Amino acid sequence: MHEWALAEAIISAVSETAERERLREISSVVIVIGELQHVNKDILRFAIEQLKQNRLTGAKFIIRSTRAKFICRACGHKWSLKRTDLSKDVREAIHFVPETVHAYLKCPVCGSPDFEISGGRGVWIASIRGER
Amino acid sequence: MDSQHKGREIKMLDPRINAINNRLSGINRIIAVASGKGGVGKSIIASTMALLSAKSGLKSGLLDIDFTSPTTHIVLNARGLQPVEDRGIVPPEVNGVRYMSLVFYLGDKPSPLRGHELSDTLLEVLAYTVWGRLGLLVIDMPPGISDLTLDLLKYVRGAEYLIVTTPSKMSFETIRKLILLLRELRAPILGVVENMKMGGADYIRREVEVLGERYLGEIHYDEGLEDTLGRVEELLRTRFAAEVGEILRKIINVKPQY
Repeated sequence: MHEWALAEAIISAVSETAERERLREISSVVIVIGELQHVNKDILRFAIEQLKQNRLTGAKFIIRSTRAKFICRACGHKWSLKRTDLSKDVREAIHFVPETVHAYLKCPVCGSPDFEISGGRGVWIASIRGER
Repeated sequence: MDSQHKGREIKMLDPRINAINNRLSGINRIIAVASGKGGVGKSIIASTMALLSAKSGLKSGLLDIDFTSPTTHIVLNARGLQPVEDRGIVPPEVNGVRYMSLVFYLGDKPSPLRGHELSDTLLEVLAYTVWGRLGLLVIDMPPGISDLTLDLLKYVRGAEYLIVTTPSKMSFETIRKLILLLRELRAPILGVVENMKMGGADYIRREVEVLGERYLGEIHYDEGLEDTLGRVEELLRTRFAAEVGEILRKIINVKPQY
């Protein structure tokens, strides 16, 4: 249940920011999740709802996704991830550390493992909106 | 400021940074085993320290952050194990040591990672590994003073550094730079270990003392050590392990000033 750890980290980061910025009530939080994380959005949403308290109680959490995109550093080819590109075991491995995708994917044109993940990695809080 | 909503909008936060301190909060001491060059014996010293510490009754962990070239699993014979997901990633216990390495996710595959990818990997591992309560966490570091050393200094402020060198002047030249960097960044240095000692030269001891650091002792070159990799009970009966134990006793009882 990686999603619960993620939810705890998000709640902690939002709470700390709210305190630092002296926001007495948070109205909305936008979270962006990279496709490579393979996060179950329903579990994440449920975990956030269970964990939010105090000035976050009324906050609406909006969860968005970004597609995984790659650029080959050897030949410059750009491509996106197809769900069929990765087996279930591999998806689980990169769910924890997305960078392990370098061990499993190659550039479909030149075969190089030296590619940049140009989109769809990580989880970040895109914005927090609140009242002072 | 968002005038339309009479509120304030803050953009772009990485929640992993917040999670790290929480994940490490149950650990009493973190010792990072570092060197300037590869091949000086960091991984086997780090692994042996974690094993000896666990054997002495202290709850111990070992984290391998040499992400492109992990090897501690060979010392511990940790193949075939997997962490469990439970509100994070719970590392498996190997010979009494809670153990985390990317090898669980990579197997034998190469992992070619560039600088910022190494940084992201470290953040993920630190943010989501559930260590629980530990008396000691040993971190096996990659050699040198580039990305992961700088990231560890940034994100794990409480780590204390144990420096490993061989008797070679070339090896010492690289740890001199590592020591100067650690000092500049006000990181606590436990001292220097001279590994693979052959003969009686005291070059390293003298140079360490000139630098004003603590010479923690020498570990003799052990021809039979290679055969004990993956056989923990045999490893712990070697002269090598006895000498690592001496060093561990010296540093485990004294916490340096920050």
